[in-house]
Amino acid sequence: MRIRVVLPPHLRKLAQVGAELELDVEGAVTQRSVLDALEAAYPMLRGTIREYGTQKRRPFLRFFACNEDVSHEPPETPLPLAIATGAEPFLIVGAIAGG
Amino acid sequence: MSRVRVLVGTRKGAFILTSDGMRERWDVTGPHFGGWEIYHLKGSPADPNRLYASQSTSWFGQLIQRSDDGGTTWQPVGNTFTYAGVPGTHQWYDGTPHPWEFKRVWHLEPSLTDPEMVYAGVEDAAIFRSTDGGANWEELPGLREHGSGPRWQPGAGGMCLHTILIDPSNHQRLFIAISAAGAFRTDDGCRTWRPINQGLRSEHIPDPTADVGHCVHRIAMHASRPGVLFMQKHWDVMRSDDSGDSWQEVSGNLPTDFGFVIDVHAHEPETIYVVPIKSDSEHYPPDGRLRVYRSRTGGNEWEALEKGLPQRDCYVNVLRDAMAVDSLDSCGVYFGTTGGQVYASNDAGDNWTPIVRDLPAVLSVEVQTLS
Repeated sequence: MRIRVVLPPHLRKLAQVGAELELDVEGAVTQRSVLDALEAAYPMLRGTIREYGTQKRRPFLRFFACNEDVSHEPPETPLPLAIATGAEPFLIVGAIAGG
Repeated sequence: MSRVRVLVGTRKGAFILTSDGMRERWDVTGPHFGGWEIYHLKGSPADPNRLYASQSTSWFGQLIQRSDDGGTTWQPVGNTFTYAGVPGTHQWYDGTPHPWEFKRVWHLEPSLTDPEMVYAGVEDAAIFRSTDGGANWEELPGLREHGSGPRWQPGAGGMCLHTILIDPSNHQRLFIAISAAGAFRTDDGCRTWRPINQGLRSEHIPDPTADVGHCVHRIAMHASRPGVLFMQKHWDVMRSDDSGDSWQEVSGNLPTDFGFVIDVHAHEPETIYVVPIKSDSEHYPPDGRLRVYRSRTGGNEWEALEKGLPQRDCYVNVLRDAMAVDSLDSCGVYFGTTGGQVYASNDAGDNWTPIVRDLPAVLSVEVQTLS
């Protein structure tokens, strides 16, 4: 499946990509498979979205899909069909904070 | 002709300041890694174009960047900092056990001889080493596991290993310092460690002369005399003439002996610099006057250096990694402030001028003297 991902600005710069990127995901399209594919394609992102070791989402990041916050869904839960088909992008969003 | 490159880490990116040997006109590049906290960046003594930088934020965690061209271009390298084995617990602020958790890299210390080797001091306190240019990192657990680790406690800034000094005459000997555990030494290449805090006195811990628990802010050494160490502790300026086996207070006539930075003149091993800060509850210079203090006697007798520094309404801080010296004939001294100024003196501290004055808060300053 070819899916679309939107990264927060700092990670776009780190990965040297534009506002949106495309990924090929093998098998079921889930948070885990999307992030695995993302980190395989862009190794510099390892550890920046999920913590090393625990693989937990970093607390100041959120995952949005089709206008829903899916951050707290189990990582192996299939994402909506619109994400899996590339009709909608999977959004990785940084918490808004000043300073 | 010699050149100088000043590496500045700030709350919102890294900046590189360069000048010729006169050190009067400066070029500023940056921000590199804009928006990220750059706790520290430092060049390899063996290859000055090899730089390492610690890049982090609360959002995205820790990255390490490496440059092979003196900071023009950078590439992210390894950022996996995993404690060896089961790391156990240290003390939390309230004295309860708290699990060891990696938070960030505070300090990077490249090997004196091998550009591929670099040490990292991290929070929660531990020392890591890479031997492949930062691609992979391995904890050297002898420090954390030497015995007193469960009694270590964080300072206000976190439980950070912030100082790493390599003995240039014996690369198996390193000195490190942790807030708020104290100073430690290895004589066998980081396999075993022992606390070197005898003579320190800290009233904020239950036993003021305990072997660990002291909030050491910074240690400095002159390369020609690695057995002589100078320390800015939370309160007190100290020196050791026996590689840290014992310490004596040398605060002398300082207006306050609280502070963070301490450094040694490049050519005069008994000339040292500190920036006194009013107190541990008021982190700014006394009387709103930013003054560096210099001792030409290895401590005890201090003179205020203030020419070119703001002498009214100045309430910045100078953090522990934010002072460095160059090695030109007339020693240059540099420091950065939380107000975003980097001040330089090209005459060993007699006169100061801001190289740049509106950066984000400065976390670290390092200097490379280039031929």
